[in-house]
Amino acid sequence: MSKTLVEKIWDAHVVKSEVGFPDILYIDTHLIHEVTSPQAFDGLRKRGLPVFRPQQTVATADHNVPTLNQLLPIKEELSRYQVDMLTKNCAEFGIELYGLGHPFQGIVHVIGPELGITLPGKTMVCGDSHTSTHGAFGAIAFGIGTSQVEQVFATQCLLQQKPKTMKIEVNGELGTGVTAKDIILYIISKISAAGGTGYFIEYAGSTIEALSMESRMTICNMSIEMGARGGLIAPDQITFDYIKGREFAPAGAQWEESLAYWKTLYSDADAKFDSVLSFNAEDITPMITYGTNPGMGMGIAEHIPATADQVSSEQASFQKALDYMGITGDTELVGKPIDYVFIGSCTNSRMEDLREVAEFVKGRQKAENVTVWIVPGSKQIEQQAIAEGLDKIFEAAGFQLREPGCSACLGMNEDKIPAGKYCVSTSNRNFEGRQGPDSRTFLASPLTAAAAAITGKVTDVRTLLKDTVNH
Amino acid sequence: MKKFEKLTSAIVPLNIENIDTDQIIPARFLKATTREGFGENLFRDWRYNGDNTLKTDFVLNNPEFKGQILVAGKNFGCGSSREHAAWAIQDAGFDVVISSFFADIFKGNALNNGLLPIQVSDEFLAKIFTKVGQSHGTQLTVDLENQTVTIADTGDQAEFEINAYKKSCLINGYDDIDFILNQKHLIEEFEQAR
Repeated sequence: MSKTLVEKIWDAHVVKSEVGFPDILYIDTHLIHEVTSPQAFDGLRKRGLPVFRPQQTVATADHNVPTLNQLLPIKEELSRYQVDMLTKNCAEFGIELYGLGHPFQGIVHVIGPELGITLPGKTMVCGDSHTSTHGAFGAIAFGIGTSQVEQVFATQCLLQQKPKTMKIEVNGELGTGVTAKDIILYIISKISAAGGTGYFIEYAGSTIEALSMESRMTICNMSIEMGARGGLIAPDQITFDYIKGREFAPAGAQWEESLAYWKTLYSDADAKFDSVLSFNAEDITPMITYGTNPGMGMGIAEHIPATADQVSSEQASFQKALDYMGITGDTELVGKPIDYVFIGSCTNSRMEDLREVAEFVKGRQKAENVTVWIVPGSKQIEQQAIAEGLDKIFEAAGFQLREPGCSACLGMNEDKIPAGKYCVSTSNRNFEGRQGPDSRTFLASPLTAAAAAITGKVTDVRTLLKDTVNH
Repeated sequence: MKKFEKLTSAIVPLNIENIDTDQIIPARFLKATTREGFGENLFRDWRYNGDNTLKTDFVLNNPEFKGQILVAGKNFGCGSSREHAAWAIQDAGFDVVISSFFADIFKGNALNNGLLPIQVSDEFLAKIFTKVGQSHGTQLTVDLENQTVTIADTGDQAEFEINAYKKSCLINGYDDIDFILNQKHLIEEFEQAR
């Protein structure tokens, strides 16, 4: 019988399937961090259980860590306690930890791929909704709650209903200044912040196939922003080339064996999806969000939609979002002065992002009114950026390169956007107060964020790219 | 886990769509390492001003609305997977959340804690909001065994779906770990067969 990619991987991991019950799904790799794990470890202690397969679990500290002076004790007491608790729990239960100061430390969804832990065909979970990032390798990867973290600790399995499948195809060539982030913001703006709920999404089509692994991760990362538990892309030569030689990737005879299996991981030509959507790359321009959920996005040159044009039952929520953002419907967003630029998060903090920003800002200066933070996704990325001299370019432009962590994406540490201030952010969520109480977030690509940093305003990056060509 | 069978209670209406888990419990309050106490910061930035004074126009601060049932607009619980959102709602005294659409992860987290998420139609949700707008003390009866929710005054009733396995977990107060642990031999067999 023909199967989708999701079905192939799912079926290979079902321990038991019984009518009337969720499947018992085997989990190959469990990633954990300091915020969603302590209550799960506590649960194990209360039940008197060990971690069943500690070698299939990897830990890092990322959500709640400072991005300056990481080798000094964490100043904030509760944060320090939470990070210390992770260290203590990992030691007690025999789990490998890449904590602060470790050369492998970083955002959990950045280090998994970077270390060759994330592989095609795997099932992977983490107590974090952006676990969908790992789907870029052709893995089933999804976010779970803390009770489920405890389940995986105790049994290396989860009780899960098999998800519905959706295929999203994007075909054609991307225009100048249009990146993976713009593709995914465009898709979410079309299907809404709830449009993918209940589905696992497979991204396909010539545009997706032409993307680098880092760009594919950006796409899969934001699957949850349309409600989907996961998103994935069939592995291909670009995937295999990325994985080969990484720290924990299979090598030698194991590599050949793995590769042979990975090459079977695609949706069969006549496989049936529960839903299929198709988009043209030519229709996508640099994107920006204007509202308070990631579905409220538009082409940057467009006008902000008017409340009156929304479905009547949704007008109150829509207007509430515009009020929170301090903007008016049916006006332009381009030209709006901003205060902060944040380049980072599990969506856009990889080498490709940093290189793209550095190339764009080389020889340019940030606007005086703007504070710019660049927070790399991992220690390895930070070191690589320094080795390539990107730190010097950023410094000359007035951008601050900090140390790795989730940082201002969710404002758990001290990297918060002040009340009322505007931030153009490469992260994944523009929810009210996400980046700090009463902060206002415009989500965009690293290029669009860099353009805003230079001009101090929401800017269509294409106008600056034309400048570069003309001069 | 807490058992659930039947409940009649007044409701707290929160007629806002796309309430994400960052609104339910902002990230800066996720630093605790136990499950208790999150109720204090439930809907923190909607309940309190920057100087920690109460926002009197927010429904949770209105003494006319007290109850164990939270009723919210569609796509409730979207965003972050933080189970702290379910803990906070429960810790604040709620046993049921009703909406016309739930985000997946929130729904799973709620069920894993004995907090019952009930999905009703947009029409029935609108009926509840209209009724409670007219009469603040409006009560609902939730019957898990029969999978119904009833507006006490009018008798308007809706049926709701729940996975049969999850239903029995709630009624009996047992959780997924108990269930899987009983089948550990199957997991070991699966590992050996790979």
